[in-house]
Amino acid sequence: MLKSRLLKDRIARHYMLTATVMAIFFLFLIGGGLFLKSLPIMQEKGLWTLLTTSNWRPFKGDFGFASYILSTLYVTGIAIIIALPLSLLTSIYIIEYASPKILRAFSSVVDLLAGIPPVIYGVWGTLTIVPFISKSIAPHFVEFSTGYSVLAAGVVLAIMIIPLIISILMEVFSAVPKEMREASMSLGATKWQTVKKVVIRKSIPGVIAATVLAISRAFGETLAVLMVCGNFTDLPKSIFDACYPLPALIANNYGEMMSVPQYESALMFAAFLLFFIIVLFNVISRLVLIQIDKRYQL
Amino acid sequence: MELITAPLITVPLTIEQPKFKVMNGSHSLNPHIVVENLNIFIKGNHILKDINMTIPDKSITCIIGPSGCGKTTLLRSFNRLHDDNVDVKIKGKLFVDGEDIYTKDTEVTHIRKKMGLLAQRPCSLPMSIIDNVVYGPRLHGVRGRRKLYEIARHQLVAVGLWDEVKDRLKTPASTLSIGQQQRLCLARGLAVEPEIILGDEATSALDPISSKTIEELFVTIKDKYTVVLVTHTLRQAKRIADYVAFMYMGELVEFGTADQLFNHPKNQLTKEYISGGFS
Repeated sequence: MLKSRLLKDRIARHYMLTATVMAIFFLFLIGGGLFLKSLPIMQEKGLWTLLTTSNWRPFKGDFGFASYILSTLYVTGIAIIIALPLSLLTSIYIIEYASPKILRAFSSVVDLLAGIPPVIYGVWGTLTIVPFISKSIAPHFVEFSTGYSVLAAGVVLAIMIIPLIISILMEVFSAVPKEMREASMSLGATKWQTVKKVVIRKSIPGVIAATVLAISRAFGETLAVLMVCGNFTDLPKSIFDACYPLPALIANNYGEMMSVPQYESALMFAAFLLFFIIVLFNVISRLVLIQIDKRYQL
Repeated sequence: MELITAPLITVPLTIEQPKFKVMNGSHSLNPHIVVENLNIFIKGNHILKDINMTIPDKSITCIIGPSGCGKTTLLRSFNRLHDDNVDVKIKGKLFVDGEDIYTKDTEVTHIRKKMGLLAQRPCSLPMSIIDNVVYGPRLHGVRGRRKLYEIARHQLVAVGLWDEVKDRLKTPASTLSIGQQQRLCLARGLAVEPEIILGDEATSALDPISSKTIEELFVTIKDKYTVVLVTHTLRQAKRIADYVAFMYMGELVEFGTADQLFNHPKNQLTKEYISGGFS
């Protein structure tokens, strides 16, 4: 009797261990695979040239990734700059100020928004954001813009990741113990003082984690961005210029690459870059979080 | 009201607690918190029923009673901590220093500043030790490093924590032991210069030694503050209380001096409870 229980325990443990190892293994498998596939182009052109030039003429053998990398960073940057403050304010309001009724209603709306497929955001962006930028915003700043631009991609992406950030932040803020708020309030703090000095402070690691997750998601978002970014290979000079982020490059060209030499390897390199940026970014933020924990022990 | 007419020293001083009894007799009996027909409903359940009591200032009042009798609910109503809970409905009046705190124009931060709260588990704020102590003064506009440092030192000395933390004031408060944290919380509460200290089973999560330290602190500070404690341990109430309120099923069964309630309880329920008949 006892023996079979122990045996089951052991099997269960090993089973779970295998699953865990496999999950981690995939990370290396993907990274390694992409690296191997992109090795030919790296050897031929040199890593530095690939990263710093922006000429993209596959038929002549020119592969410069600078404009793709910058596009990716710009679009993601704009999206986070728009999305983070809005999400912070919204989730603080919902958790700290709103009545339980609003909280319940809002939670389901957020889940719904997070579940809308990217293509819908893309279509909506094409129909509303793009013309709005082209007609109403861009003319104040530049001579001409089609509207398909860094800004359009950033805005659509922001709208896409807002529900994601809000739903994580809501979890983060509700994890702050009620006693902590009461401790602050009982000293005569107002709600806003409590939020500012206690709740947000306590939640800093969570806010960072949420931001990291949102940025990782934004880096990789393909379809909605591809529909509104203009897909034009050049260094964008302003946020009203068209751009061409890495995921869009891969998605747009993957089918036709077979006819051109080195093309496959170049696209694999694009994928590897994207993978590398996201991994690097996650590692850095993890290190930051560890430092914060060491110093402040929130 | 009957409390005020109750004779204070009617029996000879007991040997274990002479200090408290003497002090008890030496101060004047001013009502500090007056509860009038207080009724509290939580989600429609009648949690507190017609509570009337007068808590005298500069003394320790213990609220005792079995679990779920409404002790904590009553204590939390003193500094309006139920405000944010939409499920709680409060009827009746509660006067602090003669001011009704449940009127519409009462500023809640003003009420809370008058009271320091010690929770069951010490809850240090996510900041350094010194920032914890001066959190309250800072909220209320005290500025200047020197000044804040002096406040922190003074209060940390008062709770006997100074020597233990003076070399690491800037380290996070969460690095302190739980007993130290509770003393820190008391220092933090005292730093806003309250008149009242509320303790919600403030020693129940602590080890016996820390618990004793906190208890002794309550006794030392009652010269200056009105201390109201909810406690589960009868022995603690016997050790430090000047006045005791016994609650049962949301009602205030008996209120009186510690001596009166423990040695000559009037009510049958009180008698049973203090003799350990139920808990």
